[in-house]
Amino acid sequence: MNVKVSAINIDGMKNPEERYLQEIRREKAPDPTGPISESESQTASSLENRKQQKPLFFNKKRTLLQHLFFNLFRSAAMVNALALFIILYFMIANGWRAISIDFLTQPPREMMTQGGILPCIVGTLCLSLGAFLISFPIGVSSAIYLQEYASEGALVRAIRLGISNLAGVPSVVFGLFGLSFFVTYLKMGVSILAGALTLALMSLPVIIGATEEALKSVPATYREASLGLGATKLQTILRVVLPAAAPGILTGGILGISRTAGETAPIMFTAAVFFSPNLPRSIFDEVMALPYHIYVLATAGTEIEVTRPLQYGTALVLISLVLGMNLIAILFRARLRKKMRR
Amino acid sequence: MIHSFTKFKEKLMNYFFLLVATTSISILAMITLFLFKEGLPIFEKVGIKAFIFGNYWYPTADPAHFGIFPLIIGSVSVTLISALISIPLGVMTAIYLSEIASSRLREIVKPVVELLASLPSVVIGFFGMVIVAPFLQDHFNIATGLNMFNAAIMLAFMSIPTICTISEDALYSVPASLKEASLALGATSFETIVKVTLPAALSGISTAIILGLSRAIGETMVVLMVAGGAAMVPGSIFDPVRPLPGSIAAEMAEAPYRGDHYYALFAIGIVLFIFTFCFNIIADYLSNKYRQTGDATL
Repeated sequence: MNVKVSAINIDGMKNPEERYLQEIRREKAPDPTGPISESESQTASSLENRKQQKPLFFNKKRTLLQHLFFNLFRSAAMVNALALFIILYFMIANGWRAISIDFLTQPPREMMTQGGILPCIVGTLCLSLGAFLISFPIGVSSAIYLQEYASEGALVRAIRLGISNLAGVPSVVFGLFGLSFFVTYLKMGVSILAGALTLALMSLPVIIGATEEALKSVPATYREASLGLGATKLQTILRVVLPAAAPGILTGGILGISRTAGETAPIMFTAAVFFSPNLPRSIFDEVMALPYHIYVLATAGTEIEVTRPLQYGTALVLISLVLGMNLIAILFRARLRKKMRR
Repeated sequence: MIHSFTKFKEKLMNYFFLLVATTSISILAMITLFLFKEGLPIFEKVGIKAFIFGNYWYPTADPAHFGIFPLIIGSVSVTLISALISIPLGVMTAIYLSEIASSRLREIVKPVVELLASLPSVVIGFFGMVIVAPFLQDHFNIATGLNMFNAAIMLAFMSIPTICTISEDALYSVPASLKEASLALGATSFETIVKVTLPAALSGISTAIILGLSRAIGETMVVLMVAGGAAMVPGSIFDPVRPLPGSIAAEMAEAPYRGDHYYALFAIGIVLFIFTFCFNIIADYLSNKYRQTGDATL
């Protein structure tokens, strides 16, 4: 049994697979206590050996069970990867032909059955950027309060509960709120501003969470050193903690933007329109947006079958935009984590 | 030497950050306020009981019927079926990632799950509509591929990342000493996972499952595009349904401003909001109550 103990590492993570293989190999290997010779069959020591052999039989069953289930877990993980690749495959295989310079730089023509998607790209960029500009300062400040100022108490608990509940509000409910508050009550009308505000509320929990994680990973010694040199708390936060946490915070920001770029339900009633021939000129204009354009073309367009290539093309552009940003953020974060561990 | 002005500034900033931090709570309060403000008027026309348990949703007929029972059943059944797929897959993936995979494989599989989470819902809905629906129609010999089953599969893959990520965190934070003790007693890695690690992480995994369900029940675009949109109580898993979020999204554009239909849709929003709110409160309660296990030092 001591083989197992020595194979464990402190974080319990490093090489379970190797450990597992080792276990199997050990089962297959001949018993280290050696085979019992027939001649001394009745001695006490051989009796003990036989007792030790019995669990070996059970061990085989147990390792087989383990083998079986570990493969099941592995295939479960592979199913996810497979799902992602199937979706990507169909979008790319059917969409790449639709992509051209014209598709990306021309407005739709002929009742949206031809032409490009420029207004949608511009609209989505405006909405995401607007949402980012609104939610980023609020999210980062909230996280700074929670991590740097607050002491655990009823208020902090309430704030955290508020954030986690905000993260759980369905996107369509955000849309309803945006419609009743921004569009109607504040009289913004269906506009970029109303849409960006609605999306900003949605992405707030993402940004707060990521910023908190980034702030947490700044070593306490940094703060202590700064405070020890006579800096005030505010100076410490602005000049020591924030710069150290900046890459992590930016990663959260990118994730926030990418999430808003793909959302449809919140902008359906607040910002997006079926069709608009012109690019938006001010933040009070309504816009076309990529996700809403896909939905419209796929379900309510005049000729759903004819515009299928356009639908695939639009979906491909949206995916590239969103996954591209996510990939950057994920790789960036992986590098950061490696750095922190060192 | 700290000047009194600096001191004042420090204090001011403290309150400023506090004020900003409460934004989330105030937004939540505002959402509640405006949902109720726009949704409650419908209950002057239809009783709450008739609204929730009414069997007919004909908002544009004359006289209009506002019974959302078929929509609630649609939402609940689609979510439950998706849970049958997403819970085993999500939890098993989490076990694989945190207990079995080598660190190199982990660094490949984990981003894949995260990318799955980041796929826009409209794209998944579109995929379900143009790829999965015709496939189901051809292979299962059914009238329409846009049905509850299809929507449930799509929803499952939207909630797996939530379930997987949070479960993985829970499994990861089970103290190594517990696992070591089990292994030292002669248990295999698999037995350790089933009898030690999983029970120790159970609260975190339950939280993950509840949040995953909450995500599935609130998801809009997928059910709007894939579920088929028939407002009736489904008889089989291949029947089309019209879940709550789908109704709101599909009908809001045509509902006359501050008409009964408009109020009714906001009332659906209230129901949905209450659903997810409860899910979140339960999840929060679970994760706080059973946070520490054994001699956890994390």
